[in-house]
Amino acid sequence: MSTLEIKDLHVSIETEQGTKEILKGVSLTIRTGETHAIMGPNGSGKSTLASTIAGHPRYNVTSGTITLDGEDVLAMSVDERARAGLFLAMQYPVEVPGVSMTNFLRTAKTAIDGEAPKLRTWTKDVKAAMEKLRIDADFTQRNVNEGFSGGEKKRVEILQLELFKPKFAVLDETDSGLDVDALKVVSEGVNRAHAEGNMGTLLITHYTRILRYIKPEFVHVFVDGQVVEEGGPELADRLEEEGYDRYAKGAGAATIAAADAAVQG
Amino acid sequence: MTAEITTEKARIGAPSIAGFTEEGEGLVAAKVDHTHNHGVTVMSSRAERLTSFNVADFPLPTGREEEWRFSPVRGLANLLSDTATDLDPVPAAGYTVEAPEGYVRAPLAPGAAPRGTALVPADRAAVVASANTDEALHVVIPAEAEPAEPLRILVHGAAAGHRSNAHFVLEAGANSRSVVILEHTGAADHNGNLEVIVGEGAKLTVISVQLWEDDAKHLAQHDAQVGKDAVYKHIAVSLGGSIVRLNSNVRFSGEGAEAELLGLYFADAGQHLEHRSFVDHNMANCKSNVLYKGALQGKDAHTVWVGDVLIQKQALGTDSYEKNQNLVLTDGCRADSVPNLEIETGLIEGAGHASSTGRFDDEHLFYLMARGIPEDVARRLVVRGFLNEIIQKIKVPALEERLTDAVERELAASEN
Ligand SMILES: Nc1ncnc2c1ncn2[C@@H]1O[C@H](COP(=O)(O)OP(=O)(O)OP(=O)(O)O)[C@@H](O)[C@H]1O
Ligand SMILES: [Mg+2]
Repeated sequence: MSTLEIKDLHVSIETEQGTKEILKGVSLTIRTGETHAIMGPNGSGKSTLASTIAGHPRYNVTSGTITLDGEDVLAMSVDERARAGLFLAMQYPVEVPGVSMTNFLRTAKTAIDGEAPKLRTWTKDVKAAMEKLRIDADFTQRNVNEGFSGGEKKRVEILQLELFKPKFAVLDETDSGLDVDALKVVSEGVNRAHAEGNMGTLLITHYTRILRYIKPEFVHVFVDGQVVEEGGPELADRLEEEGYDRYAKGAGAATIAAADAAVQG
Repeated sequence: MTAEITTEKARIGAPSIAGFTEEGEGLVAAKVDHTHNHGVTVMSSRAERLTSFNVADFPLPTGREEEWRFSPVRGLANLLSDTATDLDPVPAAGYTVEAPEGYVRAPLAPGAAPRGTALVPADRAAVVASANTDEALHVVIPAEAEPAEPLRILVHGAAAGHRSNAHFVLEAGANSRSVVILEHTGAADHNGNLEVIVGEGAKLTVISVQLWEDDAKHLAQHDAQVGKDAVYKHIAVSLGGSIVRLNSNVRFSGEGAEAELLGLYFADAGQHLEHRSFVDHNMANCKSNVLYKGALQGKDAHTVWVGDVLIQKQALGTDSYEKNQNLVLTDGCRADSVPNLEIETGLIEGAGHASSTGRFDDEHLFYLMARGIPEDVARRLVVRGFLNEIIQKIKVPALEERLTDAVERELAASEN
C-alpha cells in the first residue's frame, strides 16, 4: 500500500502584477485504493494543486511538503515523479506536433517501466485499451493530441492512465466536455485502473454526474486555495444543490463571483 | 515554437494591384493569409533582379546588397572570385554519376543549348561558377522513362579552402518519372550551379544533400523550368559545411504545372546555413508550395531563409503557399526568416505565407516529462518530429534513414 501525503502546502506564481499566492495551506492524504473528490469554484486553485503535484515549473512551493511513501516528491524532477508513480490527467492536454501517439506511448512506457515493453503484447494491450475507450485505431498514427477534439483528448489521457498503471492518478476535470456516453466510457476506464492494481485517485470535478460512475469515499471542498470542508459522498450532493455560497462569507466577494461562474460553467 | 523572434518584410498584395475585377478582389481577400503582413517595405520587385552570363555585370558584393545582406561575404572571397577550379595538388572537387546507360550525354560548353535555358546566373557566385565551367555535365532522363533507382550525382570535395566550380544540366523528358540525388561530401570551396528542365507531364524530384565536412563552403544556384502539367520537387537538406548558401528557383514554361520547394537544415555553433527560394509564377494555373524547416543550436549558429514568390499579372489561377519554421534549441543562435510575396493579379486561387521562429516549447516538454520521459529524450522526440515532416517527403528509404541518423548525431552533439 502506498500513501501520497500533502501537508500544509503553500504555492504561489509569478504574474505581471507580482507574486500571487494561490494555495494557502492544503493538507490531504490519499492511500491506494481510495478515491477522493475535490470540488470547488473556478479559480479556487484545483488545477494549481494538480500541476504542483506533477511538478509544473510555473508553480513555486513556498512551504509545505508532498511525500510519496515518505519520499520527498518536491525534490523530484517532473519525469522522476511520473516514474515514481504519479499521473496527472490534465484539464487541457497539450498538443505535441511531430510526435506520433505510437512513438510517444512506447517511449513513455519504456521510461516508466525502466525497460521497453515486449512489442507484441504491448501492441495488443494498446489496441485493447483503445477499443475499450472507443478510440479509433488510426489515432496511434496521429501526433500527440494534435487536432483531437476536447473529448478525444480526455479519452487519450485515460488511455495513458490504463497503460502506465500509476500508483496515484490526479484527474483534473477529466469529465468536463464529455458527452453522456463518453463520460461512462471514461469512468469505466478509471474504475478498471482502480480494480486492476493499486491505485489511489484524486478526482477534480465540478459535477456530481461523474460521481454516479466513480464513487469517492471522500469529498473535499476547495475554496480560495484551501480545503474548507471534508465529508463523504453525501457532501457532493449537498454542494450540487446549495453551491459554494455558504463558504463564501469568510472567503470574500471574489469567491462568490467565482462560485456563480462554476454553476453556469 | 511559439514566440516569434525574427520575421521581416512581408509584401502582400502590394498596392500596385491594378485593374482586377471585383471577383478577383474577393478571391484575394478570402484566400490571402495576412497574418504576417508587416507592411509594405521599400524594396524593389523580385522581377527587377538582374540576371546575366556576364561576370562584369556582378561586382563583388559588399554585404549591403539585398541578396547578400545576411551572408558572411568576407568568408566567401575565394568563392566569389572569378577563378578556375583549383587542380593543384588535386582537383578541389570531383563528381561521379550513377545513372542508367545513355543518360549521361556529351558535356555542354557555355552557350550550348540546352545549357542556359533554365539558369541565367542571378548573383556573383552563380556567374563565376558558370563562367569557369567549360564543360557542364549533361544528364537526360528520356521521355516516358521511369528509372527504378534514383540517379545520383556525388560531389566530393578533396581540398578544403580550394576552389571548385560546377555547372550541371539535368533534363527530365516528357512524362518521365525520376528522382535525382545530388550529394555533397568532403570539403572544398564549392560553387555549383544546377540547371533543371522538366518536360511536359514529367515528375522529377531533386534532392540536394549537403553533408559536407566542417571546413567546407558551398554556394549554389539551382534553377528549374517546369513544363506543362509537370511536377517538380526540390528538397535541400543542409547539415554540414561552415557556410552553405543554396538558392532554389522555379519558373514555369507551361500551364498546370506544380512545384514544391522543401528544405531542412540544422545549424550548429558557428555554422551559416542560408536558403533562398524564388517561385516565379509567370504562367497561369500553376501551383507552388514552399516549406523550409530548420533547427539551430550553439553559439553563433546562423540560418537564413528568404522566400520570394512573385505572382505575375498573367498568372491567373495561381495557388501558392510558403512557410518557414525554425526551432531554436539554445541561446546564441540567430534565425532570419523573410517571406516576400508579390501579387500582381487578384484572379488567383490563393496565396499565403507563414514564418515562425520559436524556442523549444516548455509546455510540450512538460507534457512529455509528466509521462516519465527524461528531458533529453523528450527534446529529441520533439526536434526529430519537427524535422521529420521534411524527411518523410523524401520517399527514398535509404536516404531517409541516413538523414534521420545524421539529425540524431546533430542532436547528440548538443548534449555535450
Ligand atoms: N498567469 C496567471 N496570472 C494570474 N493569475 C493566474 C495565472 N495563472 C493562474 N492564475 C490564477 O490562479 C488561480 C487558480 O487557478 P486554477 O487554474 O488553479 O483554478 P481552478 O480551481 O483549477 O479553476 P477551474 O475550476 O476554472 O479549472 C486563479 O485565480 C487563476 O486566475
Ligand atoms: Mg482547473
